[in-house]
Amino acid sequence: MATEIEEIRGVGHSVRRVEDDRFIRGRGNYIDDIRLPGMLYMAILRSPWAHATLNGIDTSAAAAVPGVIAVVTGELMAQHNLAWMPTLSGDTQAVLVTDKVRYQGQEVAAVIATDPYIAKDALQLIDVDYEPLDPIVTPQRALETDAPLIRDEKEGQTDNHIYHWENGDKDATDAAFAEADTVVSLDTFYPRCHPAPLETCGCVADVDSATGQATIYMTSQAPHLIRTVFALVAGLPEEKIRVISPDIGGGFGNKVPVYPGYVVATAASLLLGKPVKWIEDRSENLISTGFARDFHMHGEMALKSDGTMLGLRASLLADEGAFHADAQPSKFKVGLFHIVSGSYDLPAVHVSADGAYTNKAPGGVAYRCSFRVTEASYLIERLVQNAAYELDIDPAELRRQNFIQPDQFPYKSATGFEYDSGDYETAMNIALDKIGYADLRAEQQQARADGKLCGVGMASFTEVVGAGPHKDYDIIGVKMNDGSELRIHPTGKAILKISSITQGQGHETTFAQIVASELGIQPEDIKVMHGDTDNTPYGLGTYASRSTPTVGAATAMVSRRVREKAVKLAAHLLEVAEEDIEYEAGRFSVKGAPDRVKTIQEIAFAAYTDFPDGMEAGLEAVFYYDPPNLTFPFGTYAVAVEVDPETGVWEVKRMVAVDDCGVRINPMIVEGQIHGGLTEGYGIAAMELITFDEAGNCIGTNFMDYLLPTAMETPKFELFETVTPSPHHPIGAKGVGESATVGSPAAYVNAVIDALRPLGVTNIDMPLTSAKVWEAIQAAGGSGGS
Amino acid sequence: MQVTITVNETEHTVDVEPRMLLVHLIREELALTGTHIGCDTTSCGACTVLLDGTPVKSCTLFGVQADGRSITTVEGLMDGGALHPIQAAFKEHHALQCGYCTPGMMLVGSALLAEHPDPSDDDVRRAISGNICRCTGYMNIVAAIQAAAKASAGETAGASA
Repeated sequence: MATEIEEIRGVGHSVRRVEDDRFIRGRGNYIDDIRLPGMLYMAILRSPWAHATLNGIDTSAAAAVPGVIAVVTGELMAQHNLAWMPTLSGDTQAVLVTDKVRYQGQEVAAVIATDPYIAKDALQLIDVDYEPLDPIVTPQRALETDAPLIRDEKEGQTDNHIYHWENGDKDATDAAFAEADTVVSLDTFYPRCHPAPLETCGCVADVDSATGQATIYMTSQAPHLIRTVFALVAGLPEEKIRVISPDIGGGFGNKVPVYPGYVVATAASLLLGKPVKWIEDRSENLISTGFARDFHMHGEMALKSDGTMLGLRASLLADEGAFHADAQPSKFKVGLFHIVSGSYDLPAVHVSADGAYTNKAPGGVAYRCSFRVTEASYLIERLVQNAAYELDIDPAELRRQNFIQPDQFPYKSATGFEYDSGDYETAMNIALDKIGYADLRAEQQQARADGKLCGVGMASFTEVVGAGPHKDYDIIGVKMNDGSELRIHPTGKAILKISSITQGQGHETTFAQIVASELGIQPEDIKVMHGDTDNTPYGLGTYASRSTPTVGAATAMVSRRVREKAVKLAAHLLEVAEEDIEYEAGRFSVKGAPDRVKTIQEIAFAAYTDFPDGMEAGLEAVFYYDPPNLTFPFGTYAVAVEVDPETGVWEVKRMVAVDDCGVRINPMIVEGQIHGGLTEGYGIAAMELITFDEAGNCIGTNFMDYLLPTAMETPKFELFETVTPSPHHPIGAKGVGESATVGSPAAYVNAVIDALRPLGVTNIDMPLTSAKVWEAIQAAGGSGGS
Repeated sequence: MQVTITVNETEHTVDVEPRMLLVHLIREELALTGTHIGCDTTSCGACTVLLDGTPVKSCTLFGVQADGRSITTVEGLMDGGALHPIQAAFKEHHALQCGYCTPGMMLVGSALLAEHPDPSDDDVRRAISGNICRCTGYMNIVAAIQAAAKASAGETAGASA
């Protein structure tokens, strides 16, 4: 018997990632790396117009190009009842245009050829007869009574209004405002941006004409959901659809929806009997796939003169583009925006939201965000700072005064959430201490006297992630519960199959660590399998920071289910009753006789070689987890900036991030996630913008117009933590992938606005380009310095 | 057109269209798929390879422009079975997440180290400023490249001792 017990590198260990071994060698297997025998290549023709009637398409010249196998039009798709498809929000979306174009970049036709260069050549020979119509590029215009009807094909649709949604108690909120000494309001536009993962979207569809088996390799964050949607769209039997998400070069929400390209490539493979590859170029990715935000927000906060918050109102106008294709739980039209009261004990809250169709790309995805939490967090954290200025209270003090207190958890919010746990003041205190808040305020006074614009801003965010409990959370009716399957091999090694999929989060490492802690098998002895619908349990995928709260929980629970059987086997091997076995770190021993012990490896072997009569062979289980509640990560981000009054250029001098995501499975990976989120948050605050001209032309179609932070601009981050475990998650974890993108934009903007406070500037809408900051300084009458 | 290029110390002669991009020659003709495509406009650096030791973006060169020249891709970083110090450092310092930018980042880093044995934070940031990473926020990439510099310096000192 082994006497030295090797430490199990489970939860809490910064285990180096197993997936890195292939990536650092250039041996990843991304979608464009897949090559199948006889494979054809597809390219998509997209509309140059934002709104235009389609009078006809002449494909003859394109079809005559040597190497072109087929030209697919909407008419052909319609013959197979595939010209339209359902969206994840219960709307419909054109796969290929049959009647009219509704946004620039919309899919009009596709060429299938033996070579990708030939496919692109042939696109240029397709002659499309468009008749341009007036485009609608703002939701305000869309809702005017004389606005042209964008969705004229949709039965019962008489205007461009999609939904009206409310949450909270309107009367109680009105009453709170009636009692207020001060009402602070903010109108702000959270502009359209794009997740822009470095790898674009694409697929390789391989339909076997003999068997009807459809294998679709796809850049999908949600392969099981896609399989179900495909079964519903195409009428293919679900057991004959296999969706495989190979290595994915970043997702950030962009790879959740079903895109027309996937459907056309699959239909083409079905019709031609050969594999068809479709890979977007960068412009296609930016102009046609899931954008984010595009929320026009109005917020009002009611306060007493001593700073006590009484109530909050938020009204939203969402620009959904030409099809309502948001990826979010069906019950909540603007996602989880109603977390808008944030970290504050706000007794009365009312949210009102409307969505409108415009002639812009569809697909409001949550860019590194749990269903519109980012917009909510931004609005409340910007409002709090403006309220502090209005009342002449320090913004940190106003937050401190109104935080939900640790003894109030579980806390029932005015909009119906039950916050599971939190300690907001401690997190903020650490952030203030680490950034040297008091000193910065003193320096700021001196700097202002010297004609410099220095600012310090913060955001004390609360997120809500881990959707979700089945009673409230589904997408197109499918409950947001996820599965995990664990099989222990005779030699004590294991394979774990999970319903979620990594796009960089490191699941192959961290999920093994969860099993390691529960069963005592070292993480390197556990193979984690994901992304293949034929070989993993069903689940809704990886987005909205839900993998750890849902699949992480399922993984802990399936390990415990396996452990229950391991205890029975240990009892058999040690010839004692089950109740006499105790477990610790991979060892099952007899209570009171710790040297009478079996390791998990010995038990695994016995599960196949020496099990008692009446017991099934094997050591494996499956578990589907229905979360009892969501989880509520939180933290405070504090930023110090200096703004150049002559140019509007602002520079981050310090960025301190205090995160509480509950128990950290792999601290190294958690910190990496926070670094990435703080960078994308900085990009959104400073430069990332998809906008449109009056004709509906997309501005932001490549990385020279759609700017992303490089190593030169990206701030250096100082990370700190508190740990408040989730009381209901099996291992106390909460999810962390998106906290930093949710929380940080308001912190950066608050810092810049704080710098401009002497000038009376109270708002600049993101992105805070130097030009916009300069304009705000000029409009306020100059530098404000001496 | 016939093109003869040396890739990762192996000479290849391939017949390609004059318009074929170098990145497609590498990925499609030579089946070396570690070199990625991210933007098509020379902006992101996912397609970076070394051309005669200098980082270039292979989406913006034609394959024929590499005729007679030598290319290193990520697949050529290893020395026999041993990882290049930059590969080991990227794993050790968690300098990659989705892995898509990683080959380009490592090649730029390796070229920097060839010229600059002890780069500062600013040196590294300038060197990788043509390469976009959406996942890591760059801090760990900078740390990994600096650690690789130290490891390489140690190796050199060890070899000369």
